[in-house]
Amino acid sequence: MSAEFDAAEKLAEYAHPERLVTTEWLAEHLGEPGLVVVESDEDVLLYETGHIPGAVKIDWHLDLNDPVVRDYVNGEQFAALAGSKGIARDTTVVIYGDKNNWWAAYALWVFTLFGHEDVRLLDGGRDLWIAEGRELTTAAPEVTPVEYPVVERDDSVVRAYKDDVLAHFGNPLVDVRSPEEYSGERTTAPAYPEEGALRAGHIPTAASVPWARAAASDGTFKSRAELDAIYRDEVGLVDGDDIIAYCRIGERSSHTWFVLNHLLGFEKVRNYDGSWTEWGSAVRVPIVTGEARGEAPTR
Amino acid sequence: MGEWIPMNATTLPARLAETRDDFLALGVRDRLQLLLEFSNELPELPERYADHPDLFERVEECQSPVFIFTEVAEGRVHLYATAPAESPTTRGFASILVQGLDGLTADEVLDVPADYPQSLGLGEAVSPLRVRGMTGMLGRIKRQVRERVAA
Repeated sequence: MSAEFDAAEKLAEYAHPERLVTTEWLAEHLGEPGLVVVESDEDVLLYETGHIPGAVKIDWHLDLNDPVVRDYVNGEQFAALAGSKGIARDTTVVIYGDKNNWWAAYALWVFTLFGHEDVRLLDGGRDLWIAEGRELTTAAPEVTPVEYPVVERDDSVVRAYKDDVLAHFGNPLVDVRSPEEYSGERTTAPAYPEEGALRAGHIPTAASVPWARAAASDGTFKSRAELDAIYRDEVGLVDGDDIIAYCRIGERSSHTWFVLNHLLGFEKVRNYDGSWTEWGSAVRVPIVTGEARGEAPTR
Repeated sequence: MGEWIPMNATTLPARLAETRDDFLALGVRDRLQLLLEFSNELPELPERYADHPDLFERVEECQSPVFIFTEVAEGRVHLYATAPAESPTTRGFASILVQGLDGLTADEVLDVPADYPQSLGLGEAVSPLRVRGMTGMLGRIKRQVRERVAA
């Protein structure tokens, strides 16, 4: 069972409007059977300070990453997680979070690895919901666990590994980190902790488009026309392109992946989650410093 | 990355030891709730410091903006910290340290084991990466205290 789509005018401009819901839509549909709302934040305690009534919490560190191997959870772990949150295979999942849905987009991307069909973002995320004065609660939701099937994760469609990137030169790469990380002045986002990369700079030929440029000041996604101006006119992406986006650990680039794939309709977009913490420490991979994109390595 | 060295219980100030025991007595889920209580208890800055952001040092190891300032007066350390409400985890870390360190002597603060944050059982509750932020906070507090004492 899945919830009806949001027919809001703004969403209709996007390639896949069914991937977004507005705050108005969510307020009207809260509590409907077949709909589970998920909060996913950078700050692991933010949910506990107050969340959308009925929303469950999924944390990227604790729930989506494997605790030992640097990888995502496997099919069994994901089935246990989803089932424990009352999410069945045919449930409509609406995800929202802090910081322009940064981590919410990451969670949505992981749901996509498991082929969960109906997963959407709340346009504007947590901040817009609060700014509009909508209801929050600290009451724990009443969740009835359900069965979620064990589905093998499919990394072939929306995920890129380092070797995929090495074989990708000649096709567009989008670096969604800050300009300082791109040029090589630093290896972490301004004001973020050092998470370990031995070299600074960017992958040759990558275009620099900091991820948050896709967000408007209220946290919603920019309009179709504004997004086209950035990614098509400025970066030069065209339909049919095979695109890989990356950042530092794959979270900010999940947001850009969402924009390129679901809002602008590019069909082949992958997120390189190894990103700079892998590339910037890997032995003998090519790196460019400075503001220029650089040339594709010839070998 | 070194091997785990157990902390010498005698060097841990009473309040910090109590906080550690409180966390470890709880299951993982309840540790989050206790951290939230700490977060809510982080004291407001005293008026004389509220308008002096210049005195405060940003803790770069934390993802969220958190600022700390220590002073040593009549042999006692006083610690002030400020972090936004949207960053409850960081506020909780700061509050644990403010409650545990404020009023101690400089030597007592400097003797707090650097791995105290790792002893609270928060790795499972908030992830080891996030706990690093608290380690950074403690390191900066100690450095400030060392500077104040030397000055």
